[in-house]
Amino acid sequence: MAKKLPAKDVAIVGLGWTSAILAQDLTDNGLDVVAIERGPWRDTATSFNIGYAADELRYGIRFALFQRPGQSTVTFRNNDRQTALPVRQWGSFQPGDGVGGAGVHWGGQTWRHLPTDFLMRSHLTERYGASFIPQELSIQDWGITFEDLEPYYDRFEYLAGISGKAGNIDPRIQVGGNPFEGPRKREYPLPPMQMTYAPTLFAEAARSVGYHPFPSPSATFSADYTNPLGIRMGQCTYCGFCVGFGCANYSKASPQTAVLPVLMRKSNFEARTECEVLKVNLDRSGKRATGVTYVDASGTEWEQPAELVLICAFAFNNVHMMLISGIGRPYDSKTREGTVGRNYAYQTYSAIQVFFDDKNFNTFISSGACGQTADDFNGDNFDHRSLGFVGGASMSCQPTDGRPLANLPVPPGTPRWGAQWKNEVRKNFLRSFGFTSQGSSYAAYANHLDLDPTYTDRFGRPLLRMTFDFPDNDIRMSNYVVDKMELIAKAMNPRQYVVHRRAKPYSVVPNQSTHNTVGAIMGADPKTSAVNKYLQSWDVPNVFVVGSSAFPQNPGYNPNGTVCALAYLTADAIVSKYLKAPGPLVQM
Amino acid sequence: MTRAVTRAPRLVALAMSLFVVSTAGAFAPQSFNTIERGRYIATAADCAACHTRPGGKPFAGGVALQTPFGTLVGPNITPDPDAGIGSWTHDEFVSALRDGIGRGGGVHLYPAMPYPSYTKMTREDALAIRAYLQTIDPAPNKIKSDLLSFPFNIRSTMVVWNAINFTPGRLAPDPSKSAQWNRGHYLVDALGHCGTCHTPKNIMGGEENSAYLQGSALQGWYAPNITADTRKGVGGWLATDIVAYLKTGANRYTLASGGMGEEVVHSSSHMTDADLEAIAVYLLSLKSTATQSPQSLDGRDPHMVAGQAIYKDNCAGCHTDSGAGAPGLFPRLAGSAAVQSDDPTTLIRTVLFGSRATATAGAPTGPVMPSFAWRLNDVEAAVLVTYVRNAWGNAATPTSPHEVRLVRGSRRAP
Repeated sequence: MAKKLPAKDVAIVGLGWTSAILAQDLTDNGLDVVAIERGPWRDTATSFNIGYAADELRYGIRFALFQRPGQSTVTFRNNDRQTALPVRQWGSFQPGDGVGGAGVHWGGQTWRHLPTDFLMRSHLTERYGASFIPQELSIQDWGITFEDLEPYYDRFEYLAGISGKAGNIDPRIQVGGNPFEGPRKREYPLPPMQMTYAPTLFAEAARSVGYHPFPSPSATFSADYTNPLGIRMGQCTYCGFCVGFGCANYSKASPQTAVLPVLMRKSNFEARTECEVLKVNLDRSGKRATGVTYVDASGTEWEQPAELVLICAFAFNNVHMMLISGIGRPYDSKTREGTVGRNYAYQTYSAIQVFFDDKNFNTFISSGACGQTADDFNGDNFDHRSLGFVGGASMSCQPTDGRPLANLPVPPGTPRWGAQWKNEVRKNFLRSFGFTSQGSSYAAYANHLDLDPTYTDRFGRPLLRMTFDFPDNDIRMSNYVVDKMELIAKAMNPRQYVVHRRAKPYSVVPNQSTHNTVGAIMGADPKTSAVNKYLQSWDVPNVFVVGSSAFPQNPGYNPNGTVCALAYLTADAIVSKYLKAPGPLVQM
Repeated sequence: MTRAVTRAPRLVALAMSLFVVSTAGAFAPQSFNTIERGRYIATAADCAACHTRPGGKPFAGGVALQTPFGTLVGPNITPDPDAGIGSWTHDEFVSALRDGIGRGGGVHLYPAMPYPSYTKMTREDALAIRAYLQTIDPAPNKIKSDLLSFPFNIRSTMVVWNAINFTPGRLAPDPSKSAQWNRGHYLVDALGHCGTCHTPKNIMGGEENSAYLQGSALQGWYAPNITADTRKGVGGWLATDIVAYLKTGANRYTLASGGMGEEVVHSSSHMTDADLEAIAVYLLSLKSTATQSPQSLDGRDPHMVAGQAIYKDNCAGCHTDSGAGAPGLFPRLAGSAAVQSDDPTTLIRTVLFGSRATATAGAPTGPVMPSFAWRLNDVEAAVLVTYVRNAWGNAATPTSPHEVRLVRGSRRAP
């Protein structure tokens, strides 16, 4: 029997980026907020100590910062005909754990989606006709436009000290930036990162074949920065221990470096760590949340009543929380009805590795986001009419992994061990680098999330079941873009290059990306979306569900810039609309 | 340097205060203005540092103060008639505050209570503190404040101590100096009692006036020289740097931590800008009598070469190769007084144990220097400290592994 605690205005599930952003704005507006996080407390000094922050075995191999599968995991299958099995060791994706969540170990690439990404179905229909959209895809509009989100993108970029070069400051295209990006109100708060040699060469080659490369926007800092909350951050040292690691130098934006120092000082904010939310409690009508129930580290169960519940966990964990709490109607992949778990999307990568004899790249000098990108074949930036697929990919060279355990590039055919392997490692370690096409992953009717019928967690709750394979459309897209990327490889004139194409079936084993998206999508129609355009549950209006779970499909970018912009959009909606008139912000 | 002390309090009553007070001499303990003035003075005098336990009831006592002579505990000064000081007369209060004489006239206080500084306070200010304290919630907890061992537990020994170390009397304004300078002098000496930490002590714990505010070791730290000495003191700072430091705990050179961090949080961050400016003007007028620093060690000295290598591997990522650091985040080491102090205790302990910068509303970051005690042995830490004290134009005596060992030993895990 749960012990009942005094009520709070707001209970938040999780304490990562979205939670910190919302808590900061809501406490500024006088609300009493508690964030309940199942992982441990983490701060720079104790958790990412400079003395061991670069311990690759601890973080890069043993995953000290990731969600602990023994505590919670997902089951996986490629399609409805298979039986899903639990993921017992992270591979393909690596969800975060503890305070800061995946915002601790991310690489810091901070993108805005393209204006057409938000209007995907209507835009494609208008440009190519409705029949052009492949039957397997459930592409939808977001219910908001790029212009709606622009002020919130701006707030996040200034909070997180993004280093970059604007390509389109309304109304003018800017030299040196991304000419395809949507119009923005102002420049990035910091100039781009200093470029290392590999991305510099990539950009020269990309330009020589007619593409438009530009510095990738980065939440690792090109210079010292003080954000609008008055929090100081330091210039990145390009130490190379970034993706998968916490930053010891206050040089990568995270909830710890950008929000928590101010948030934790507030008397109307409280963080409860090592406390796992079991469910969001609903009243008898099922239309109103009364708070959450959680279990603390001693095993004691508590009920935390709250007027407002914000589900701000990792993408698919948001969906899990909705399903086990009975919020919204679960998606049925056979009838294509229901909204919670409605589809799931990922990211469609391909890559090219180049090997040189006469160039030295020192790829160990890097950050998680220092590099160059070309968007010529991203989204609908190019004419798809004759191509037979929709979507696209950003082409980027961001060598983030010159670490000795993660990255020992050798040409194909090299033995996996022994003298010859050592010789090839010696020969190639400094003389090779890779670049990638980060492709869109468009939601397909067959891909979805639901509760596993067999496997449960330690509390007896069913695990989340993930059913996913790459849609054929996305494989066609990826092959097309990698062909275009091959021209860049050739223009560099390397000794050798190796193309890694994406193929079916999708596997959860090799590491690809922690860009898990879709599942509690936002939209204008309650029949096809779980949350409205303010990320408010259509079914339980005092619940908001914030994260990349809200994406209807995943564009060819890293998601966090948009995730955090959505958190600001939600915060603004709660403060300026919901608090004045609690209830549904969009009438059905 | 002006340290004139006089027994003519009436001269002092002029000009010393920013606050417009009621008519001279008339003490109105219930007046809003008096109480608010008392709240401000109690803050500037940082009474809470010793009398409010972190997380405890205000002024209910219980803060343990480690002295070379034993442990003293700040007593309960709430108005509780038994456990606190509610039944004291005004004169008894003023006498305790300014003369170190406890209730009834016979009991001597230990100078951990900074009456050698507070003696310079005007009676008006002392009574304002009293008026404010009378508004605090009475706390019934009794405190045993004296945990000293023999012979220091014999309070009458303080008669001898006072005869040698204590000069009672109010602070006389120096008519040759500006009102701002005089206000700064009063804030630094009478209220802020900066010398309690920053002036070296003689063997009895009395302040060595000849080295006024020129740095002193205490509680495992070295409180640096805060005179205008350009190398060891704050002489390289502008008044605005001092104001920013006292107000927020951070300026473009460094960040407050340890005891100074507590001072900023409890006291100076609540003071008016005008008072902080007055303190800055006063401190920057103080000449140091400290001996000149030695020449910088030659960069080719083997200790410097080894120290530089260790610095590059462990420190340069934040403090940078040039020792410039990053404003408000990583303290600047080049030109730093704390780094070049004659006594390297603070630098050694920061390397070994790390340090958390104070976070305030004005400087909320609160960055942390991690501990390196587990990583650097005594020799490595010593050459590192020697390098930092002699790189980038810094100059100070070399540090020995023995000095590191002493600091390390002061905080052995139980």
